[in-house]
Amino acid sequence: MNALPLTIYVSFAGALLALAAGTRSHAAARWIALVSALTSFALTLLAASSFAPSPGLQTIIDLPWIAELGIRYHLAADGISLTLLVLTGLAATVGVLFSWNIEHRVGEFFALYLTLIGGVFGVFLSADAFTMFVFYEIAIVPKYFLIANWGSPVTREHAAMKLVLYSFAGSALVLAGLLWANAAAVAHGSVSSFSLNDLAAAATHFSRGEQIGLFALVFTGFAVLAGMFPFHTWAPTGHVAAPTAASMLLAGVVMKLGAYGCLRVAMPLFPVGLAFWQPTIAALAIIGIFYAGFIALVQDDFKFVIGYSSVSHMGFVLLGLAAANATAVAGAVLQMFSHGVIAGLLFAVVGRMVYERTHTRQLADLRQLPLHRLLPFAALTFVLAGLASMGMPGFSGFPAELTILIGVWKTSPVWALFAGGGILVAAAFTLRAIQVSFFGSIPLSRVVASGSELTHAGSLHHYESITLAEKVGTALLLAATVYIGLKPDVLLDWIIPALQSPFMQAALKGGSL
Amino acid sequence: MVPEAALVIGALFVLTLDLAFGRRRSLESRLYLAVITGTAAVVAAMYGAFSSGLAGSVFGGALILDELTMATRLGVLVLAWITLTLAGSTARLRHPAEFVAIVLFATAGFTLMAAAQQLLVAFVALELASLSLYILAGFDKSKPESAEAALKYFLFGGMSAAFLLFGFSLIYGLTGSIELHEISAHLAGHPPTPLLSVALVMVLVAFGFKAAAAPFHLWAPDVYEGAPVSSAALIASASKLAGLTLFVRLLWPGFGPGAGNVSTAAGAPGWLAIVACLSAASLLLGNLAALAQSNLRRLLAYSAIAHAGVMLLGVIAAGDAGNGPLFYYVFTYGIATVGAFGVIAVIERTSPCQRITDLAGLYRRSPLLTGCLAIYILSLAGIPPLAGFFGKFTVFAAALNLGGVAGPAGWLAILAIFLSAVALYYYLVILKQALVVAPTAVTSSDPVTNPITVPADAAIVLVFAALILVVLGLFPSFVLRIF
Repeated sequence: MNALPLTIYVSFAGALLALAAGTRSHAAARWIALVSALTSFALTLLAASSFAPSPGLQTIIDLPWIAELGIRYHLAADGISLTLLVLTGLAATVGVLFSWNIEHRVGEFFALYLTLIGGVFGVFLSADAFTMFVFYEIAIVPKYFLIANWGSPVTREHAAMKLVLYSFAGSALVLAGLLWANAAAVAHGSVSSFSLNDLAAAATHFSRGEQIGLFALVFTGFAVLAGMFPFHTWAPTGHVAAPTAASMLLAGVVMKLGAYGCLRVAMPLFPVGLAFWQPTIAALAIIGIFYAGFIALVQDDFKFVIGYSSVSHMGFVLLGLAAANATAVAGAVLQMFSHGVIAGLLFAVVGRMVYERTHTRQLADLRQLPLHRLLPFAALTFVLAGLASMGMPGFSGFPAELTILIGVWKTSPVWALFAGGGILVAAAFTLRAIQVSFFGSIPLSRVVASGSELTHAGSLHHYESITLAEKVGTALLLAATVYIGLKPDVLLDWIIPALQSPFMQAALKGGSL
Repeated sequence: MVPEAALVIGALFVLTLDLAFGRRRSLESRLYLAVITGTAAVVAAMYGAFSSGLAGSVFGGALILDELTMATRLGVLVLAWITLTLAGSTARLRHPAEFVAIVLFATAGFTLMAAAQQLLVAFVALELASLSLYILAGFDKSKPESAEAALKYFLFGGMSAAFLLFGFSLIYGLTGSIELHEISAHLAGHPPTPLLSVALVMVLVAFGFKAAAAPFHLWAPDVYEGAPVSSAALIASASKLAGLTLFVRLLWPGFGPGAGNVSTAAGAPGWLAIVACLSAASLLLGNLAALAQSNLRRLLAYSAIAHAGVMLLGVIAAGDAGNGPLFYYVFTYGIATVGAFGVIAVIERTSPCQRITDLAGLYRRSPLLTGCLAIYILSLAGIPPLAGFFGKFTVFAAALNLGGVAGPAGWLAILAIFLSAVALYYYLVILKQALVVAPTAVTSSDPVTNPITVPADAAIVLVFAALILVVLGLFPSFVLRIF
């Protein structure tokens, strides 16, 4: 537990080292990145193994930072943050494995990558709103350069700018909300402080109007990053243009930052606001599930299918948060973990295994290729990941979405019925993607004979075989989704006690006002 | 007066040395000699500023030595030192000693501005600094743009000085004193008159000019574009810091009773309302006009106008929250701007650097410059953990603490926060060229792809400036604690 802050420092130190080493040796930069990510992952697992679930955040470090404004460097963790820290460690490690083949400006790539990871670890560990915001912004800027430098050539600059401006606009809303909350707290007689606990205590004295306004600012700001409809449009374009490892991180971890901010900051601090906005958020979440799902159903670009599916799945997380009861929120956190793993897998298959070998992401082109024969490992992985994504029992998506639906039913059966329909849409677009991409109807012999541009006979058999790094990464992610699918209690036993703390109870009470 | 004396003696010494020994030497060695002497003078002035302590009012109330004076003097001297060093390693001047001497005279004006607490001293200090800056803006006689910059700067500056002097004379006529605390006492005891409003508006016109706030900003893009890089750097940084200190001292301790109130929607009228309008105009105009720029220096100018909007917000908040947030913001802004101009200056040794696209491929040509530029620009954009972020944070917090979102001060803070998302776009456009885009050379001998060698002294000050931004960003209490 006490070693968890090291994940932040190890990542930042790794970033500097990778930058320094990258000018001389690409291999050194890669290994530094891998060692750094693995160390963080090991630290989170170590903390998890000795974790004793208890209500409330367990403080790890609490130092005065900027005394003039009552800002403290306060790091703490509970079951919710631990779940997401483990996810971050896993995603970071796997992401390095899937970017092993990057040859262009390697040191800088891993420096930005590890900076992003360090920021994410920092957000999940912060118990002071200012500290959290600082880490949150540190996680935003590297995304621009990761996508603009290493993304897919045509769209990358546009997509990178769009993604970063959306994220930054969201964080501007959060900043406005936090500063306003602090000012209001001071006006109501509290000492200036940005500690989440102090702000929550002060916010109980806020007027209803203040609570509603503040909740709208902070929740919307974070929800932009979580991909809430109608602020989701950065997500598909950004994910599609990003290099594989960045897509995996963006969908797998960074979108969770947004949802985590909603859960950790907006909901507990402003429960009256939550009660007011609850139906709106639920409606937007359900619209997001269906809207993104239907768009995913008609995409021509394989990666866009996955990009929109992420938005659709994050809709479930937001719906779980909106329901604001212990079951639904626990399910939402479980879904954050589950989707982080599954989205990582899907992007790994599409971005790394398929695109970098076939050099196309167009479903119409892929249909011409009997990919299940050419890349059987990729096909197997994608089928398994697709099943997990559809919510098949035995994979982590199933307990997560089921828990959310059970919880949502308690708040409103109507919402649950709608959201249940969303699972069907997810099944539809996933099955279509599997069928079209990997099990194209044209037999191998005809493809070779036709000798089209994409499939001229020579190249067909010369797809680089799946590398060891890819296999290890896939195995790690698959193991995680199956393990949690079979034993969701492991995570739920951490998450549910965390929701019993007075701080989080305030959020849940807001849901039943 | 030790810092001013050190600077003036240093300037004269620079000129004498050059006259005595410079005749037969190369321009380069004359420049080095001048810069080294000048740096010695700046260091002596720093020591003087530090050792003069916090004596309160001195010279019969003409000057004041308080925390703000000490911080501003040291800040201005640091900025002048960085400018001088950069000029030493990058500038190609035909009259190096004169350049350094005038920089020192301007700096003497700045340190005097930081301490002035009497209308006459304030005006004389301001003019000493301004006249030097006009010359510096036009120092490059080989470029017509430099002459244009100097002329524009001089005409606008002269006009605003006239306004300021007229405003001062009206205030003297109204209150019978040029001492700030007597003016304040008089204003507190008498109801505001229309004439006072006229006087305050005139003072604020000069303030708007000095801070490059809209609608008095028109000189800024041309001066930033045309002036020699080191002069532009000084105008953009040290001059801003000294000017803000001078005016915040005039406005709050001097004309504080006429401030009015902008913390609630129906606040009392006063000069705060005008400052709030200038702030809103600068924020909007600076950020939106910067979006359309293709010239790097004009972009920096519009970004400076946008930053002036936040500085004015800091002035509004200074009455309640003290000068700490304002000083922190202006000082760290100055460091980032000086650094950005320094990078431009170093690049210009090898290849032209006017358009943003001239930065293309900088990451290949000089990783050091790219890293430093990224830190400066991200600090200007307000990305943590760099100092620019905390500067914004503390100014906005102070403004919101005036009355929450109930009044114009709070609305301005919210507006500024949202516009910072707009600003990120144009800052990223700069960094995209420097970090992402590959250089495009027409011919193989085109200098735009050549590696850039950074002179050691320039490298040291650039890294120093970047370090200041990181350290102050991580530990802002170093500065805030002073106040």
